[in-house]
Amino acid sequence: MVEPAKALADIRIDENLCKGCSICADFCPTNVLEMRGSVVAVKDLEACTKCQLCDLRCPDFAIQVY
Amino acid sequence: MSTPATAAKKKVPFDYSGYLRAGKLPHIWCPGCGHGIVLKSLLRAIDVSGFTKDQLCMVSGIGCSSRTPGYVDFKTLHTLHGRAFSYATGVKLANPELKVIVASGDGDALAIGGNHFIHTCRRNIDMTILVYTNYIYGMTGGQYSPTTPQGAMATTSRYGNIEPVFDTCELAKASGATFVARGTSYHCQELEKILLAAIKHKGTSVVEIIDQCPTYYGRQNKLRSATEMMEIFEKNGTVSVKQADRLPPEKVEGKLLRGILYQVERPEYCEEYDKLIEKVRGQ
Ligand SMILES: Cc1ncc(C[n+]2csc(CCOP(=O)(O)OP(=O)(O)O)c2C)c(N)n1
Ligand code: SF4
Ligand code: SF4
Ligand code: SF4
Repeated sequence: MVEPAKALADIRIDENLCKGCSICADFCPTNVLEMRGSVVAVKDLEACTKCQLCDLRCPDFAIQVY
Repeated sequence: MSTPATAAKKKVPFDYSGYLRAGKLPHIWCPGCGHGIVLKSLLRAIDVSGFTKDQLCMVSGIGCSSRTPGYVDFKTLHTLHGRAFSYATGVKLANPELKVIVASGDGDALAIGGNHFIHTCRRNIDMTILVYTNYIYGMTGGQYSPTTPQGAMATTSRYGNIEPVFDTCELAKASGATFVARGTSYHCQELEKILLAAIKHKGTSVVEIIDQCPTYYGRQNKLRSATEMMEIFEKNGTVSVKQADRLPPEKVEGKLLRGILYQVERPEYCEEYDKLIEKVRGQ
């Protein structure tokens, strides 16, 4: 039997607002994010617990998790 | 004591757009600057506080942190360096129904504005003061401020700063503020709760916020990133006042206390002023 898929987080990054400080990636408790050049990107979506810490600590209104 | 509900507790993203002026982002602050994190904590606190945008007036002086009122969709006033408290006093006396919030850098509040700061606290006028302690003058290129640690490098202390620092919270308390607290941009959910309590307090509430200037303080002091600064000064450099009693002294020594450090009731300035008017009119 196939396990029902866990509802994956919807991580929305506004690349026009992200200034690439990496605060969100550095403090993500489950290492979901990584820097790609001067913006942040999702590395491991399945690990996201939707804790919202990346959004709360982003100085630039650039990341939100649904 | 029950903990107040906070916006951050909900596991859905907070919608900041209703509190921001449209079309103003990206803001002017550098990558990793803590001022944006403080702004977001403030907006979430305001959302929980129940104050509407029309009931709020945000006042500032000059500095990077003083640019904050430019982004919020409240009544706002961007004034002179160090004089925000005086303008804010005028706003409050003329419009006692407004909730007045002042955004002030450590240089703005404690150096050029030090005199205005202490006398505002002394009067206990109903006003919430946010002092953004990033240990430096950000806007003008990294000169040392009254909170720059001894030994630290700044544009004006090329061989290390020899001046002792102000303890902003002790200064506020000694000057007569009736609510004194400290938070950090790293502990942004706790900061939201502290700011909510400060906004709800009647009288002068002062919240010192330890945040980071990676561009000037960071670079001049060989701190590689905003993250490193948040780890050293905020996460590891502070301890919650709720835990401090239970921890061994070596874990508390040399650290700044976070949380609500002092809160008392004392007659508020506008109310005393009204009473005086009543009295004189009755004569
Ligand atoms: C009367 C006056 N003196 C000096 C200045 C130059 N000046 C502008 S902002 C500033 C200091 C800013 O530092 P701070 O208040 O700590 O805020 P930050 O930029 O670090 O957020 C100074 C000295 C000025 N604008 N007006
Ligand atoms: S919501 Fe939490 S777990 Fe998910 S990316 Fe953000 S910080 Fe990481
Ligand atoms: S914290 Fe915000 S600005 Fe910094 S890298 Fe993450 S999304 Fe970009
Ligand atoms: S100079 Fe410093 S305080 Fe000013 S915006 Fe840049 S990082 Fe922030």
